[in-house]
Amino acid sequence: MRLKCTVNGEAQEVDGVWEGESLLYVLRERMALPGSKNACEQGECGSCSVYLNGNLVCSCLVAAGQAEGADITTVEGLAREDGLHPIQRAFVEAGAVQCGFCTPGFVVATHDLLRRNADPSEMEIREALAGNLCRCTGYTKIVDAVRLAAERLELERRQA
Amino acid sequence: MRGAGQDGRTAVRTLFERPALGVGERVVRQDGDLKVKGEFAFSSDLWMEGMLWGVTVRSSHPHARITSIETGAALALASVHAVLTHEDVPGRKTYGIKRADQPVLASDRVRYQGEPVALVVADSPEAARRGARKVEVSYEPLDPVVDPELALMPDAPRVHDQGNVTASLHIRRGDVVAAAGAADVIVEGEYEIGMQDQAFLGPESGLAVPTPDGGVELYVATQNLYFDLDQMCESLALTRDQIRMTVAGVGGAFGGREDLSVQIHACMLALHTGRPVKMVYSREESFYGHVHRHPGRLRYEHGATRDGRLVYVRARLLLDGGPYTSSSPSVCLNAGSTAVGPYRCDDIDVESIVAFTNNPPCGAMRGFGAVQACFAHEAQMDRLAAALDLDPIELRRRNAVEVGSAVATGQQLEAPVPVRELLERLERLPPPAAAGGDGDLLLLPGGTSNTTHGEGVRRGVGYAVGFKNVGFSAGFDDYSTARVRVSAVHDQPLVEVHTSAAEVGQGGIVIHAQIARTELGVADVMVLPADTDVGDSGSTSASRQSWLTGGAVQAACIAVREELIRRAAGRLGEPEDEMRLVEGRVETASGLGIELVELVAADPAVAVREYRPRRTEPLGPDGQGHAHMAFSFAAHRAVVDVDVELGLARVVELVAVLDVGTMLNPLAVEGQIEGGTAQGLGLALMEEVKVNGGIVANPSFTDYLVPTILDVPRIDSEILELAQPDSPYGLNGMAEAPSISSTPAIVAALRAATGRPLTRVPVQPTDIVAAGAAIHDLGAA
Ligand code: FES
Ligand code: FES
Repeated sequence: MRLKCTVNGEAQEVDGVWEGESLLYVLRERMALPGSKNACEQGECGSCSVYLNGNLVCSCLVAAGQAEGADITTVEGLAREDGLHPIQRAFVEAGAVQCGFCTPGFVVATHDLLRRNADPSEMEIREALAGNLCRCTGYTKIVDAVRLAAERLELERRQA
Repeated sequence: MRGAGQDGRTAVRTLFERPALGVGERVVRQDGDLKVKGEFAFSSDLWMEGMLWGVTVRSSHPHARITSIETGAALALASVHAVLTHEDVPGRKTYGIKRADQPVLASDRVRYQGEPVALVVADSPEAARRGARKVEVSYEPLDPVVDPELALMPDAPRVHDQGNVTASLHIRRGDVVAAAGAADVIVEGEYEIGMQDQAFLGPESGLAVPTPDGGVELYVATQNLYFDLDQMCESLALTRDQIRMTVAGVGGAFGGREDLSVQIHACMLALHTGRPVKMVYSREESFYGHVHRHPGRLRYEHGATRDGRLVYVRARLLLDGGPYTSSSPSVCLNAGSTAVGPYRCDDIDVESIVAFTNNPPCGAMRGFGAVQACFAHEAQMDRLAAALDLDPIELRRRNAVEVGSAVATGQQLEAPVPVRELLERLERLPPPAAAGGDGDLLLLPGGTSNTTHGEGVRRGVGYAVGFKNVGFSAGFDDYSTARVRVSAVHDQPLVEVHTSAAEVGQGGIVIHAQIARTELGVADVMVLPADTDVGDSGSTSASRQSWLTGGAVQAACIAVREELIRRAAGRLGEPEDEMRLVEGRVETASGLGIELVELVAADPAVAVREYRPRRTEPLGPDGQGHAHMAFSFAAHRAVVDVDVELGLARVVELVAVLDVGTMLNPLAVEGQIEGGTAQGLGLALMEEVKVNGGIVANPSFTDYLVPTILDVPRIDSEILELAQPDSPYGLNGMAEAPSISSTPAIVAALRAATGRPLTRVPVQPTDIVAAGAAIHDLGAA
């Protein structure tokens, strides 16, 4: 089948999509956007997190057909023209990235958290990120990264 | 939180005042930007024009004879390009790190569920999977050997013709029988450890590309290029020059990538089809596609005097290795070597045995033998403390090894031996925050399930200490190689560091760049992708890479520096020994000098160096000898809240206290401590590959539980930096120690909260509730 949607602001159209394919597969293998990761393909790890029409979803659980006409933002679409998004920078600086396989999912999920809650407490951070697995970091530095990102975004807002 | 160094700490020797981003600084990852943008190429992200997809057909039986393999129906599918079986393996039909006893593809017999039997290659992953379903393998099931104890019985069915002992080690020192007479108190215990999975997030994957000379290039997620290369050469019947390997982005490893997964298979398919072939395991396949941590049954007997001095230890550690050798002999050695823990005891009798079974194959996982031993010896120390009515930390202090003490294998410990200091620091930790969780449900056991508002919740505190050998042991000729090149690019000096060491997330590439900056005073350092164009840097395992490859990078940098000084001295006509490299320039004391770029503009300076640490030797009779190059030590305090009515537990605080030698990068060190501690939490509370009759019951992240951000509390660490005497900069291997003592500390805390014996990990709710049977009666197991 043919699939049309918008990804990171660009119109995309791919042919030959098989009914059983996931949005994750389409992004990674048909649209050359492998930033969303495939650690479980079962909705358990969050490494494939993307925005689908503004909602945070596991793209491995979205059938390709459900994405028809949708507006999708992936981790590749978060960086700013002049460099990293403050969330991305915070993850690097806080040491929240080791192997980095979980990182795209955490970055997207953190983006979603911070636009809903600009100043989350530690437990709010943990609750919001409970759907994302990381095997390397033990999460301590991920919590630090989210706090750092929240502070920087707040500073940006105040300076704006 | 981080403690300052103390006596014995040596400052990092630096050539320059403060080399920016040099050794000792909190340098962030140079691949971090790519990783946060989703642009870092992991092995599963690779793509090449015209590439095909390979999949593995795996055994559905844990033990069976193969009577036929029919490939015709699969080959008949239009999109399937080839189906390969054992007959198509060009060279040696088996592989293995220690012994080549694992079939590349099974021929007449399968020995575990999930064993590879055939390979299918097709235009797309879905077509390949469809093809795989059409491969008809007929099996004649055999009784699986599933109990390691029964496997050792003389009349047990044999997993291999030579019998069911994979590895064994009998350590004897002193005279336990005589010593037992002097014991005022004896405690016995039997402990069990479940099978833990590395659960790295990046699935096994690789891309094989045939080359015009009949060879192949492989981009793969691995821990050790040259281990892989040598096994691939044998099975593919190719020479070392015909295979070129590159480490593709690795999504975590933790031991699970030390054995081969897709390597030979992907290359066979690429060589057969003449096309690039990619293989990526699904999560389920990943559970079958790599070795796990050895489950174990450990029996201990400790005797002590009334005043708490250990007089003898008797132990038998039985580990289940599954059907193939993998790294079992080393796991067996480490388990035996650490069996008594970091405690002095002259009379010991320790048997460490790994048995062949038809359960999933087991091999390397972070902590590697010491994890199993530590869970048991620490439980025993707590039992002994209780029997003697002594404080558990005090009992450990009275027996702690010190400089000159012998470990179980008789090796005398050289400084630093920080066990007493670790214990003192544990004791001095501020008391945990008050129970109650400020009324936040998330902070209580059961969390948002709203199972308690504090009623029935008890708090417990537990401690544990562990240690492990660093590096490869028992006479293995371990070394690492690095190539360093200084050239001029755009009129600036550039250092390139090239090794074959696999970056798996730990941050080796960061440290190599730091070392180059410190030794050469050049800001721009590029760490090249690890490949087989440079010599062997060995395995990213056994906490060895910072020490060995760090040592090789340092040695190559020093050689380059000497070359630069030679060149400058020659040009200026000054004696070499009066010249030194200062930032960007080689000069004499009087300031006469020459710019670095000028020295390398026409001819880059290059050096390749190997680094060999001090030698080890195989254990002699009675398991005694100098088998280990060094040891690292760690301790934890855990605080838990337990809902004793429902058996739900929550770890509310975890503090790691450890010595890491001189820190090359505190950010990376903390990351290893926090990650390792969390993996220990997983083993304590939830992680187990459940195997029934040789069949894996939970090969998914739905059923195999990896700790989430809600399960793991903030992990604090107190870090000592006691310099190692003969390592680069005084560093010590440290990446495994934190994963060793966290499990027993958490279980000790659970015991303190519940009064239950809790002799098996992971601890289940049913182990905690007072009347375990009642839970089953309610049908809510
Ligand atoms: S890959 Fe989608 S949740 Fe794991
Ligand atoms: S950094 Fe490796 S899984 Fe999170």
